[in-house]
Amino acid sequence: MEFQFAGLADFIAMNGHGPFVWVAYGVTLLTMAGLVTQPLLERRRLRAEFRREQRIRERRAARRQPERPAAEAALAE
Amino acid sequence: MAWQWFHRLGSPRWFYEKTSAWLPWLAAASALLLAVGMAWGLGFAPQDAKQGNSYRIIFIHVPAAFLALAGYYLMAISGAIGLIWKMKLSFVVMRAAAPIGAALTFVSLFTGAVWGKPTWGTYWVWDARITSMLILFFLYVGVIALSGAFAREQLADKACALLALVGTVNIPIIYKSVDWWFTLHQPATIKLTESSSIDPSMFYPLLTMIIGFYCFYAWVLILHTRTLVLKRESRTQWVQQLLGEGR
Amino acid sequence: MSTPDTRHLPPVSATPADLSPRERRGPGFGALLQTELRLALRRRSDIANPLLFFVTVLALLPLGVGPEPGLLARLAPGMIWVMALLATLLSQESLFRSDFEDGSLEQLTLSPQPLYFGVLAKVAVHWLVTGLPLALLSPLLGLMLNLPAAGYACLLLSLLLGTASLSLIGAVGAGLTVALRRPGLLLALIVMPLYVPVLIFGTGAVQAAVDGYAYSVQLAILAALLAAAAALAPLAAAGAIRISTDS
Repeated sequence: MEFQFAGLADFIAMNGHGPFVWVAYGVTLLTMAGLVTQPLLERRRLRAEFRREQRIRERRAARRQPERPAAEAALAE
Repeated sequence: MAWQWFHRLGSPRWFYEKTSAWLPWLAAASALLLAVGMAWGLGFAPQDAKQGNSYRIIFIHVPAAFLALAGYYLMAISGAIGLIWKMKLSFVVMRAAAPIGAALTFVSLFTGAVWGKPTWGTYWVWDARITSMLILFFLYVGVIALSGAFAREQLADKACALLALVGTVNIPIIYKSVDWWFTLHQPATIKLTESSSIDPSMFYPLLTMIIGFYCFYAWVLILHTRTLVLKRESRTQWVQQLLGEGR
Repeated sequence: MSTPDTRHLPPVSATPADLSPRERRGPGFGALLQTELRLALRRRSDIANPLLFFVTVLALLPLGVGPEPGLLARLAPGMIWVMALLATLLSQESLFRSDFEDGSLEQLTLSPQPLYFGVLAKVAVHWLVTGLPLALLSPLLGLMLNLPAAGYACLLLSLLLGTASLSLIGAVGAGLTVALRRPGLLLALIVMPLYVPVLIFGTGAVQAAVDGYAYSVQLAILAALLAAAAALAPLAAAGAIRISTDS
């Protein structure tokens, strides 16, 4: 088994069939890359959404926190 | 024993945790096999006597076409398992398989068209295989469109599973009828479907690519399924914990 | 249309004990067929619209491609068949719609009779009011499109057999999309790929007849497709209806 082309330029030209071969491989690789990145991006979006909800929850909890001692103090009086 | 395993497989959480370990291996195997296969096919396999270098597209065209068809059956079977045993995970696999299958069908159609230009002098021929592939693409599109139409995921799951099953029953009939239609209209000058035996020097890189595509398919299917699992189970504790950890 | 539709149910006051065994079984196939037919015949415009669509679009064809008789004769079998297919498809959207909206579809699923026969009755009536008139009208359109004399008998026969299959296959799509608000295009998208074999053998038969060959094989295959569709499609449509009404 040996390399079938004389050099890099020859390899890219592929005896005139280069554009067809490279476009076919390029589109295939792009599609495959899309298939891999799509779920990863989606997962990142889910995580960002979760974080945002969590921050809101924490802020709400923090706002409620200082009120409780005051209320308890009022009850104690 | 087998049933216990079967039921555990139906649990999205079990699936998620189990597949975490498989992912790197599948990713590495598919990357390696695809890289080796592509280099082999593009640079080292000998030129075809009749078609010159344009035949090198076969190394992606054929595996993509294989998986496009196998993917439809996988989608239909997981839909059927979901309908029969009410298995949640099975529906998720089915939903994940639809866009992947459509993408691979598109790849096989696109590479086929690009291959057609230097070989037959035209991008599109109404050849039996191409036409069947196009109809397969429409079948996938139908399932995806139907899945997007329902507000309730459970309803969408069942409807898509049924449609995929009906499509599966139809695929052999469609293939046979398109075949018959093509022999009726076959132009005398173009002969596309000759079954010549393929030389080993071209067959081994093709085999490498086919196995590589299968690994890639498994990897991507698991990735999509995991993301869908996270999305659907986002209110459960284990997913909340997982998302909170940032892993 | 404004009176409540209780045709699938026994009178409300009756308890199961009061009913004769015959009444307890619910309406049989013949009774269903009769009521459906009576209801369908009351909606005149629903019958007329697909036929008008069929004729109008075929009248547009010469305006699009030119009035040259030879060209029209070549296009006639395929165009008449494609238009019959579209007319069937368009009328299919309303197949279960009004029954779904007034709840009688759900009652039908609860009937002691198998849902298979209920669906089969509805589809049979749909064919009687769309497919049958379309087929009967087709020779007239063949005349307008300059179809060679040898093709008429075959056109009529192939459409009689084929539109019945189309009605049956379309019922699956109609059942899947009945719960959606605007199913029109989606229904076309999911059903059209399944129509392919019928279209191929239908036009193939007419083309063979026009070219002076025997066409009994194609008609036999159309009949076989019809038999398979009659056995399987109502089952799938019944499943689809159960999915759609399950809320």
